[in-house]
Amino acid sequence: MTLRLVVTALDDSVPGIRSITLADPAGAELPGFVPGSHLAITLGDRTNAYSLTGDGLAPSTYTISVLRVADGAGGSVFVHDRLAAGDLVAARPPRSAFPPVARATRHLLVAGGIGVTPIVSHLRAARRWGRETQVLYAFREGHAAHVDDVLELAPDAELLVDGPDAFMDRLEKVLVDQPLGTHLYVCGPGAMIDAVVSAAAATGWPASRVHLERFGTDALAPGDPFTVRLAKSGITVDVPSGTSLLEALEGAGVTVPNLCRQGVCGECRIQVGAGTPLHRDLFLSDEEKASGSTLMACVSRSEGPTLEVLL
Amino acid sequence: MTTSQIPATARYAGFPFPFPTDVYRYSTNVEPANRPVATPVGQWGDSIVAIDGEYDAELDERAAILAADPSRHAVLPHMRPAAWDACLTLLRELAAAYPDDCVLERLTDGRWHWRNRRRGTDLVFTYGDDATLPDEPLRWVSGQVQEDIVLLDQRDQLYGDAGVVTFAADWSFGFDVGMSFLEIHGPVPRIRQEGVITRAHEFLMRLQPHEPYRRTNWTLTIGRRMDVSTETYPEWGPDRELVKVVDDQTFGRLVHLRVEVQHLVRLPDSGAVMFLIRTYLMPLEVLATIEPWRERAAEVLAELPDDMAAYKGIDKYQARAASWLRSAGSGALLSPGGAR
Repeated sequence: MTLRLVVTALDDSVPGIRSITLADPAGAELPGFVPGSHLAITLGDRTNAYSLTGDGLAPSTYTISVLRVADGAGGSVFVHDRLAAGDLVAARPPRSAFPPVARATRHLLVAGGIGVTPIVSHLRAARRWGRETQVLYAFREGHAAHVDDVLELAPDAELLVDGPDAFMDRLEKVLVDQPLGTHLYVCGPGAMIDAVVSAAAATGWPASRVHLERFGTDALAPGDPFTVRLAKSGITVDVPSGTSLLEALEGAGVTVPNLCRQGVCGECRIQVGAGTPLHRDLFLSDEEKASGSTLMACVSRSEGPTLEVLL
Repeated sequence: MTTSQIPATARYAGFPFPFPTDVYRYSTNVEPANRPVATPVGQWGDSIVAIDGEYDAELDERAAILAADPSRHAVLPHMRPAAWDACLTLLRELAAAYPDDCVLERLTDGRWHWRNRRRGTDLVFTYGDDATLPDEPLRWVSGQVQEDIVLLDQRDQLYGDAGVVTFAADWSFGFDVGMSFLEIHGPVPRIRQEGVITRAHEFLMRLQPHEPYRRTNWTLTIGRRMDVSTETYPEWGPDRELVKVVDDQTFGRLVHLRVEVQHLVRLPDSGAVMFLIRTYLMPLEVLATIEPWRERAAEVLAELPDDMAAYKGIDKYQARAASWLRSAGSGALLSPGGAR
């Protein structure tokens, strides 16, 4: 399923951060989303995932905030320099990979910089359901997104602007002063996440109570392109990045039995004649994967540039 | 057209025959939902929720069961958001599948207006405000859909922490509440060795909103009995002995193929997994009139290994059901007084 969305508003009020509002071109309701979800948007020739900052219940718009990263892969530069109101973009439905834990007695939310975005949507849900929260938000003065949202949703949120050492001092005090059943959520730059996770472990937090969101997506990576040779029919089929082997075979008119298309059911198993499969399924056993004699066409790919299958 | 002219199979136009091959084994047989399946008698599977001619009867029966035994319903405290999420999601699915009878409208103030002409329901509620519904949201919505409902909370594993289950097939929702998905499925033979349940669990842990899946499951039930839960075992358990000694015509009338269409839905607000169980019953005497189904069901029942038959609770009469279906091919068993 692909969503077609139109850019309805752009907000550049915070230096280096652009907030974007997207809507259905006809104004229809958009698919709802779990707090902490991200939206994968195709911008130019790239697909990037951004945390949704709005309310996920029956939304009429999606909002994301994008930090300009001049030396990044290009997605953020495109958003800042080229995206304009009225532009149409393609997106996949929101995906959840950083949800609030229903049984938590308290939600300790720690944000660094643009990592505040999923925290904002957590706070909206916390308000609806009366969840107890505590918020630490660290950022560089003058470069903070969603400060007003955070303070409106969590008036006692702590804004920490005195650098990493002061942040860690405060964090360590907060980590040892939580009621039983608190869950910790952290989103921010990789180094900050690592520091928070280490500090939590050092103060006795079980890993199951610590949740982190690195910028990116949990969906299967699009993978490298490869060519598959069909030993019996003698044809070759190109499998581009972002296209599954199963899709490529179907596109070439080759029928492969399939059901779940998620690497679970085992229906689309095919025999490998030559080459090394890159297994990404949940169906084959470790021994079967190691043998390399079969693969699941719906999710798995090739380690090398070519793979031969017995079709 | 008078009632007597409607073929017996018309009542079963939406019956989801569960056997794609002559051999049945447990598998992670999940497939994307909302895809219609054409059958020799009709069609099923074009929506997440399904209403048929049993709608009022089954909802009345569910209400009576819940009144008599409140343990068929549970919502652990942390599942309140998931119960609301399930409630709204089910109303949306009803409105999408049955627009002539069911309408869900969002008012400008954010409240929801729900009308169900078949049930005579017309009310306005505020999402998340329990006082705006006449009952706890999950229990209330179980009066709108024929499906049984289980909600799974995702932690390190999935836990069955809420639900309304009045039509359980030989299990007890009240006993299973709060158990993990893996614990709930502990008694099923073979699946641990074959990795079926751990794969299903990993699949469910990754399930995303707006990508619902479904599977079917089946057993045999004696009599047109929806509630064959552990709680009512004294009422139906003895039928398994009784059915061994009834005559062939009675056997074909009493023994039903019981099929569950199970939907797996990641709820879009709470993030809980909603597991729906829609139960269909077809007596063998009707099944036998649909030739491809008669042949297939006879093969599956004849081949089914003993441990699987025992777990399904059909080991006492599975062989007779198979031979009954095979014999029915001649038509001998179907007409009263027919020569045998």
